[in-house]
Amino acid sequence: MEWLVERVAQEFHTGDVVNLGIGMPTKVANHLPEGVTILLQSENGYLGLGPSPEQGQEDPDIVNAGGQFASVLAGGSCFDSATSFGIIRGGHVDATVLGALQVDEEGNLANWMIPGKMVPGMGGAMDLVVGARKVIVAMDHTAKDGSSKVLKKCTLPLTAAHQVNLIVTDMGVMEVTAEGLLLKELAPGVTLEEIQACTEAELVMQETLVAR
Amino acid sequence: MAQVITIQEAVDKVTDGMAVMVGGFIGSGAPGQILAQLAETKVKDLTLIANDTGVLGDALSQMVVNHRLKKVIASHIGTNKETGRQMNAGELEVVLAPQGTLVEQIRAAGAGLGGVLTPTGIGTVVEEGKQKVTVNGQEYLLEGPLGADVAIIKAYKADRAGNLVYRRAARNFNPVMATAAKTVIVEVEKLVEVGEIDPDEVMTPGIFVDYLVLSQSVEVKNVG
Repeated sequence: MEWLVERVAQEFHTGDVVNLGIGMPTKVANHLPEGVTILLQSENGYLGLGPSPEQGQEDPDIVNAGGQFASVLAGGSCFDSATSFGIIRGGHVDATVLGALQVDEEGNLANWMIPGKMVPGMGGAMDLVVGARKVIVAMDHTAKDGSSKVLKKCTLPLTAAHQVNLIVTDMGVMEVTAEGLLLKELAPGVTLEEIQACTEAELVMQETLVAR
Repeated sequence: MAQVITIQEAVDKVTDGMAVMVGGFIGSGAPGQILAQLAETKVKDLTLIANDTGVLGDALSQMVVNHRLKKVIASHIGTNKETGRQMNAGELEVVLAPQGTLVEQIRAAGAGLGGVLTPTGIGTVVEEGKQKVTVNGQEYLLEGPLGADVAIIKAYKADRAGNLVYRRAARNFNPVMATAAKTVIVEVEKLVEVGEIDPDEVMTPGIFVDYLVLSQSVEVKNVG
C-alpha cells in the first residue's frame, strides 16, 4: 500500500490540478515527492483542498467529496457545482486518481455499482473519468476472493469507456496503450510470473522493464 | 423584495406530488431546519431532486425514512442506506445521474436551455434511451432540462431584496437550484438590510428568490 501511493504520487508535477477519489487515493496527497506542490480539486466546489482540521476546528461548510471535514488552503477558491464540473469536464483537471472494481485492457473502468448488491450511484466519478486529462486507477491487483481485477473486458457496468491511462496496483504499473496493457514496472518483491498469474488481461512487456 | 417567512410557512408551501429541489452536498450547505420540519409533516409523493439523500440521521435522510418521497433524482445515495432499501423494495423510484450532468440539467432549466450535450455517460448505462449528437467528430449525450415546483436551498447571508451570499463549500448546488424552480425558499443564517451586501459580492441575484427563512442562529467561525 505504501509503495502504491508513493508510486502514484510520482506521476504529479508542480502546479498540477489533481482530483483524488475517496478512500485510498486520498492518501496520495501525503506522499508527494520532495519539492512537488499540487493543487487539489474537491468536486463539491473548491480548489485548494487541505488536510483534515484539528479537533475543535471543524467547519460544517468545508467538507471533502466524501463529506468529511476538510480545510481550504490559502490561495484556494470556492465555487458552485456547475463551475466545479465545468472545471472537471472542461479538461482543467490534470489528473484524477480513482479506485476500481474492475479495469480492462481497453481502458474501460467499472467502479460504481454491482447490480443487485451495491448501487450507491456514480456521484462525480463519471464526469471525472471523462474529463480529467490523465486518469490513474489505484487499486489492489486482485479482489478479496483472489480473482483478477485487471481484465480483458470489464463485466460490471462501466463508469466510462476508454478513458483510463495508467493502472497502479500493489503488484505493478501498467499503461493503457493501443497495443494493450504495457507493463512498465513491478512492485518490489513481485515477479513477472506472479503478476501475469494475477492478471486476466494480456500484458505487453516494456523492453526496459527491470524487475526489482 | 423577498418575503421573510417562518419555517412553518415555508413547509406549508410544499404540497403533495410536487417536484422539490434541495441544495447541499452530503449535508453541507443543506437547508436542515426547513427539511427537519418538512420531514415531520404528512406531505407525500414528492419528487426529490438533490445531489444525494443525506446521511442517515440528518434532516434530508428523514424525508426518505418518513416516506415523504415517491421519486429521487440524485447522483449518489450511498450515504443513506434507507434510500437503497426502499429502492430495492420497490417503495421508491430512484434515477441516478452523473453529478456534473445533474447540475447542468438544473442549470439548463434555469437558463432557458433545451438541454445540454455532455460526453459523460457515453458507453455506459447512462446513455440508455437518450439521443446522441455528434459535434466535430465527438459523441455527446443530449440531457434535458430539469426544473422543479419548489427549490429549498441554503445560503449564508441574504439582504431583504433576496440577494444571497454563500460560504465556502456550502455553495454547491444552491445557486444553480435558485434559478430552476417556480418558487424559491432560502434558509439563511444571517439577514441584513438592503445595501449591506456589496453588489460585487452577490452570488445569487435577489430576483431569483421568493422567500427567506432565518435559521436559528448557529455560530459560524472564520467568515471572511
